Amino acid sequence: MSTVTATRTAEAVALAPAPRPAHVRVSFTQAVYVIWLRDLIRFYRDRARLIGALAQPVLFLVVFGVGLSSALGGGRIFPPGLTYIQFMFPGVVCMTVLMTSIFSAMSIVWDREFGFLREILVAPIERSAVAVGKALGGATQAMVGGVLMLIFAPIVGVRLTVLGVLELIPLLFLFAFTLTALGIAIASRMKSMQGFQVVMNFLMMPMLFLSGALFPLAGLPDWMTVITRFDPVTYAVSPVRTALFSNAGLSPAVLDRIGAEVSIGGYTLPLILDVGIVVAVGATVLGFAIRALQARD
Amino acid sequence: MDRDGDELILRGRAATTPLAEPDGSSGDVITVRGLVKRYGPVEAVRGIDLDVHRGEIFGFLGPNGAGKSTTISVLCTLVEATSGRAVVAGCDVDRHPQQVRARIGLVFQDPSLDNQLTARENLFFHALAYGVPRQERPARIRAALEMVGLADRADSQVITFSGGMKRRLEIARGVLHYPEVLFLDEPTIGLDPQTRARVWEHLREVRQRTGTTIFMTTHYMEEAEWCDRIAIIDHGRIVALGTPDQLKDRVGGDVVVVTTGDNVRAATEIEERFGARAIADDGTLRVDVTDGAEFVPKLVKGLDVEVRTVTVRRPSLDDVFLKLTGRAIRDEDVDAGAAMRQMMMRRWQGGRR
Repeated sequence: MSTVTATRTAEAVALAPAPRPAHVRVSFTQAVYVIWLRDLIRFYRDRARLIGALAQPVLFLVVFGVGLSSALGGGRIFPPGLTYIQFMFPGVVCMTVLMTSIFSAMSIVWDREFGFLREILVAPIERSAVAVGKALGGATQAMVGGVLMLIFAPIVGVRLTVLGVLELIPLLFLFAFTLTALGIAIASRMKSMQGFQVVMNFLMMPMLFLSGALFPLAGLPDWMTVITRFDPVTYAVSPVRTALFSNAGLSPAVLDRIGAEVSIGGYTLPLILDVGIVVAVGATVLGFAIRALQARD
Repeated sequence: MDRDGDELILRGRAATTPLAEPDGSSGDVITVRGLVKRYGPVEAVRGIDLDVHRGEIFGFLGPNGAGKSTTISVLCTLVEATSGRAVVAGCDVDRHPQQVRARIGLVFQDPSLDNQLTARENLFFHALAYGVPRQERPARIRAALEMVGLADRADSQVITFSGGMKRRLEIARGVLHYPEVLFLDEPTIGLDPQTRARVWEHLREVRQRTGTTIFMTTHYMEEAEWCDRIAIIDHGRIVALGTPDQLKDRVGGDVVVVTTGDNVRAATEIEERFGARAIADDGTLRVDVTDGAEFVPKLVKGLDVEVRTVTVRRPSLDDVFLKLTGRAIRDEDVDAGAAMRQMMMRRWQGGRR
């Protein structure tokens, strides 16, 4: 019986005589929600991609972590009680976020190739909502990826506390939002997936390597120190590492020895300033992303 | 231009109708004046004037590279015009693209569905993005899927669909938000004749059920026959506009198609002796005459060249096109100029998006 009613309703709707549409305005929030929700449904459906995104960080953790930990004699360079694999662990979490963010932003190129981007661009929603929704979608995915990496914390011997994780989640989210926005700004100007490799090699990898994710930023040659301070990822790795380690009970002295906190010209940036830099970079690249999406022929 | 009078417009004739009222109350749902689109040095659209009446199926006919897709892209706010004005559903495409987008539906030349999502999810996201009220969403989605015969596949991922099914789903999606105009860019390209007929069935149903105006581009002559009115576009200009019958009347009388031992010589002879123009097409010669039955015996007698076959028939839209442009409209017939223009356009578009 219920099916009969349902069919009748369906027909009544479809047979509405020449509907002059009311032109409901789609709110900014709803538009953002649409874009975000679609990204998440796809993310959930394509779990293989998530595993792919985690594979490389895990490889880094195992190969470099174990390899370098033994090569460095388990702590001669690092302060007592801290092995290299423990040191790099927060960096690998950031690496996961970095890669998941950029991968997710690259889906714009994918959508363009398969035509779906046009469906989004002709919808009566603001382009800024498309950019924000996409950035939030990527950020959510990357945050999930980063948090999943914490599974390895006990294995490498980094003690997790509830407070530490709670502090970490918003940091990872902000960081991921910035990186996804950066990815969108690049991806919306790209025509094919071929450019992706270039982005990987000339943007993602240098940003990762120069961020202090894989080696301490303390005691570097001057020229390299300068470059690392221009890498936005530096300001994301630092709070993540500090949050993880200080909650794990590492003393400020040890944190200082490994250069966990970024300093510029002898001035150690407080956490709030690191976050501020990440947010400022994120807002700027988001602006570029919106501009790129707004361009019409 | 008088709506009920002679709708044929000739190249270069200025349109005098004022642009549609802002509330779209005039009978025209699309009004275009002096539309020009340049891609760098290439002029894809060279000054188009057009009025599309509310509720009609309007066909935009022309060979590849004639400027069809560019025009439709301007009307859909995807491409910015170099100059000229276009008002769609009462809104200026240049000044209020957002409002235009809310009032139109689109089916693109290439599929624009999310393959990873199911048919229902694709429609759901469309409904969200176009602000279809929450209470109406399930019923409208169901009705749209039923209309295009995809109700039983609603929860399959689109990636499993055939080309025809995808196109039908796109039509369902295109009308989900009750647009005033449904734009379709070559909706039946690459589909087999059976599927093509089915798509048309759905289009007519859409119009009948909702009164939506349908604006479509095509380069299939048979399809153009099914439109209420068509505009023939060539090299970025409208060369003729009217109902299919009106256009055919322009050819006048009958079309005589002959094959001869020497078409080139025959063409000269026909021109010299009968004062009629013979157009070469695919190994044959076509001659437009007022009375075919009377002309054929004279022709056979009057030619020195050997006549192999003679056919007399009523003019088709193909003949209209041939007469207006001097060449046939065919897939494989994209002439060098048009091909180059299209290539250049791609390159220019490539720089931007």
